[in-house]
Amino acid sequence: MFEWTLQHIWLIPLMPLLVFALIGLFLHKWPGISAAISIISIATGLALSVVTLIGMLKGGQPLHYEISFPWLKMPGLTVEMGLLVDGLTVVMLFIVTLVAFLVQVYSLGYMEGDPGFASYYAYQSLFAAAMLGLVAANNFGQMFVFWELVGLASYLLIGFWFGKNSAREAAKKAFITNRVGDFGFLLGILFVQIIFGTLNFGELSPQVADYTNTALLVTVTLLLLAGPVGKSAQFPLHVWLPDAMEGPTPVSALIHAATMVAAGVYLIARAFFIFSATPEAMQVIAFIGGFTALFAALIAVTQYDIKRILAYSTLSQLGYMVMAMGLGAMTAGMFHLTTHAFFKALLFLGAGSVIYALHHEQDIRNMGGLSRKMPVTTWTFVIGALALAGIPPLAGFWSKDEILLSAYAGGYTGFYVLGLLVAFLTAFYMFRLIFTAFFGESHARGHHHAEVKESPLVMTIPLIILALMSVVAGFIGAPFTGNPFGHFVHYAGETHHEPEMVVAVTSALIGVLGIIAAYLVYARKMVSTARVKERLSGVYTLVYNKFYIDEIYLWFIKIFVDGTARLMFWIDINIINRLVDLSAEITGALGKALRYTEDGQVQTYAYYMLGGIIILSAAVLLAGLGIMR
Amino acid sequence: MLSLLLPEIITASLGVLVILLAVILPGKGEKTVQTLTVAGLVAVLFLAVKIGVDKEVLFNGIYIIDAYAGFFKILFLTGAILVILSSANYVKNFSGRISEFYGFMLFAVLGMMIMAGAGDLLTLYIALELMTISFYILVAYVLNRETSKEAGLKYLILGALSSGILLFGISLVYALTGTTVLSEIGSRLTLEPALISAVILILAGFGFKIALIPFHMWTPDIYEGAPINVTAFLAVASKAAGLAAMVRVFISSFQLGFFDWQLILALLAALTMIIGNLVALVQSNIKRLLAYSSIAQAGYLAVGLVAANEYGLKGILFYSMVYVFANLGAFAVAVQVENDTGSNEIKDFGELGKRSPFLAAVMTVCLLSLAGIPPLAGFVGKFYLFSGAVEAGYVWLAFIGLLMSMISVYYYLNVVKVMYIGKSPKETFPAIEPSARLALWICLLLTVFLGIYPYPLTLWTGNAVKLFLG
Repeated sequence: MFEWTLQHIWLIPLMPLLVFALIGLFLHKWPGISAAISIISIATGLALSVVTLIGMLKGGQPLHYEISFPWLKMPGLTVEMGLLVDGLTVVMLFIVTLVAFLVQVYSLGYMEGDPGFASYYAYQSLFAAAMLGLVAANNFGQMFVFWELVGLASYLLIGFWFGKNSAREAAKKAFITNRVGDFGFLLGILFVQIIFGTLNFGELSPQVADYTNTALLVTVTLLLLAGPVGKSAQFPLHVWLPDAMEGPTPVSALIHAATMVAAGVYLIARAFFIFSATPEAMQVIAFIGGFTALFAALIAVTQYDIKRILAYSTLSQLGYMVMAMGLGAMTAGMFHLTTHAFFKALLFLGAGSVIYALHHEQDIRNMGGLSRKMPVTTWTFVIGALALAGIPPLAGFWSKDEILLSAYAGGYTGFYVLGLLVAFLTAFYMFRLIFTAFFGESHARGHHHAEVKESPLVMTIPLIILALMSVVAGFIGAPFTGNPFGHFVHYAGETHHEPEMVVAVTSALIGVLGIIAAYLVYARKMVSTARVKERLSGVYTLVYNKFYIDEIYLWFIKIFVDGTARLMFWIDINIINRLVDLSAEITGALGKALRYTEDGQVQTYAYYMLGGIIILSAAVLLAGLGIMR
Repeated sequence: MLSLLLPEIITASLGVLVILLAVILPGKGEKTVQTLTVAGLVAVLFLAVKIGVDKEVLFNGIYIIDAYAGFFKILFLTGAILVILSSANYVKNFSGRISEFYGFMLFAVLGMMIMAGAGDLLTLYIALELMTISFYILVAYVLNRETSKEAGLKYLILGALSSGILLFGISLVYALTGTTVLSEIGSRLTLEPALISAVILILAGFGFKIALIPFHMWTPDIYEGAPINVTAFLAVASKAAGLAAMVRVFISSFQLGFFDWQLILALLAALTMIIGNLVALVQSNIKRLLAYSSIAQAGYLAVGLVAANEYGLKGILFYSMVYVFANLGAFAVAVQVENDTGSNEIKDFGELGKRSPFLAAVMTVCLLSLAGIPPLAGFVGKFYLFSGAVEAGYVWLAFIGLLMSMISVYYYLNVVKVMYIGKSPKETFPAIEPSARLALWICLLLTVFLGIYPYPLTLWTGNAVKLFLG
């Protein structure tokens, strides 16, 4: 069973891809069938992933299975297509298929009656296929193809309600911001091909280790890093992720949990041999990650839109993972990615459930008291928030502890303190959200509060499953189970730190502290938030407006990009266009002139033939020695 | 030995049988004959695939069974099957004479198959005549249409002239060497003025078949006048057959240290690409457009023979194969449009994107493949051809090829433009018969698939040209 699955692992990305084509070509008029085959294909993928995961865990040995065949072969360049299955891939396949499956089931309720229901499922399948293909790729080239497909699918889904201007803008923003990162990534890949002559991960690894030109290697690594910075929304390319909220909420869950943003972190893990080859690059990674973690957590504290809070939370947690990678703790980073996938999907789907019940109300100030009306949503949401806040024994605790441990034991005190601070802020903003939206008085506006009721089962069951995963997923990396996660997913050169009681207790305590602080401020109202805002109005405005990064970019685009564009436009119209028109006219005139040689007379045609032979013979005789060697 | 010749024998018997059936079952049995022809060709195709790649030289060297011949046989058979499938309804225009039509098509296929395997100039010539004479009849098949009769007559006159030229070249070679067996000619040749004439005459003879400039003049008139399914078959299979024979003759007999015919061919190829593409720009009839496009494509293919190295030759085979699917796909769409409107003007493709999205999609993909746009199959083929030319030192020729490919995008996209933005008085499109739908799907899928994953075909073509590379 396990062997068979392993050999047919390509089915997992292929099935949703076929479903995408099927719906796009034939089935788009039958939404029910479209949704059904989409869900069946991803469910089959999930089943295969589970079999592989269990097989790997039972086998006890680190897995390494690679299939590869040439796609294009010529001297100096072989482009291959292939699949690489190891611990990292198996974990990612499981996460992606599980979250995508739950999101698709949940969408049955959330997207019910939408006119684009069938295309929604087509895009969902494409998104899943792209991400699954990405995690199973055995070389940079193929990875890049799927990487771009992920970008395309996210564009289609973020802009799914393209009737809304904000959705169109958000989709464009996500796509363009990602292009910036992808450009660097592609350059990096080209450099890798030029320097090492291969893009295969397995072949690259030893070559990179022996490579001595550090300066070039750092450049290449930083170029490659641009990819994850864009896709995983790290500072300074983070601006697209909060806006990506414009898509349907289940899509946000997918983007934030399993696909898209996970791709960047996954790339760092997959190509850890190259990222970790130079300490300089590692430092850059750690700083970017750490900064993003803190920066986004601060913004999250000030936001009111339920999805935006979660979005900034994702940014912050991704920063956490990237920071862990930068500190050399690849396993810890991937472990956090895994646990985060479950509770962040849970939180987003929970938020979706709230938004669905409140008829697209997203401002937490207009919610309140939902716990009585929507018990399942509320309590699963609380479990997700507790997991995110790192309260033991939930999933987030174990993975966050691993990251903090690696910072602490590795001697990076600065990053350790930063990590603790972010952990505190995380607990604080999550419970700010919970106390404001789910408890206390109802602040419902416009719609009758009495109407609010729990979402249908197809939406709540995914919540319950994810809540369960958020509780238990951490155990696979916990010390008391022997940390199987670390056994299967780790980098050869990585040092593993023994668990430290001090770190564990501190991280748990700081989470509790954050919750207590939020309780005091937002449930008991012991501190007036309005007064704090007033006192710190300068700082507050700065943070509330997301440090004006978007505005700075806009200004830059206006001044430099628009200015250059105007100049180029002038050159294009007045110089290039004229040249192009001229050449087109000449070409067209030639075509017309030559056409008249064709006069329909057989005699003429025969003359041309014989004339051609005579001219050729004469030319050879005249050129004589030139043509004869 | 006989079993190796089974594909040829079965095709010949099938041709005779079909003609006999036309007498036995006049009128009514036409559908049966059609089915029988397709089934027979499919069976021969399987046989040809199964015979494999062993090299066998038969009858003292005059007939060769090898991977190269096998490749082209499969190509001709595929082409013939696709043409018959895609024009199953169109043949109603030949009322009462449908069975004979299939008979002549089978004889043409037989001629092509023998051309690919000919190891001797005379065998080659006879096979070529078998094919060409069948085509004279097929081109003039719509007897109640003046243009068809005119085209048939023109093709007969010019074809006879070109045969004469080719035969003259062959006789000179025989006079110089005392043999017509290809493998023996090379070692017996010495530098003489008569040899140069012989090479130029043979080049002109083949140049006529594959429509190299200035031997191309017949192409637009005959393509326009002939019934459209004959045009499709002529453009694809007859051209490939001429090319198959030409490559074998020039590579196995005229690889001479003292005479650089590649340079002459390079000049002709360059001219062909330039003029073919430029004149295509101003065409308003889809058959004439595809005629000039096919002239231009002959230029690209000749580039591969100029290069005469692994990439060039592989490119010829690769490109010929993908050209079958792209060109027949485009023609199959044109057949459907002609069924609907009775005309071949490009403006009649107006609003096809709305009236029949499937046909418009097939046409678009096929035309883009002909233009060489990645990731479609035509791109890979051109890539090999031009890489071969660059490797052989003909950078200028590759450059002209690229430049002209760029220009060609204009006239191909022009058709696409008409299909999606053009206007049409009609709202709907008649149903497409299942067999044509099948052919269209095959063309579409293979054009896309061989572009995305060309490796199997490159492997196959690599094996087929191995014997020419010593």
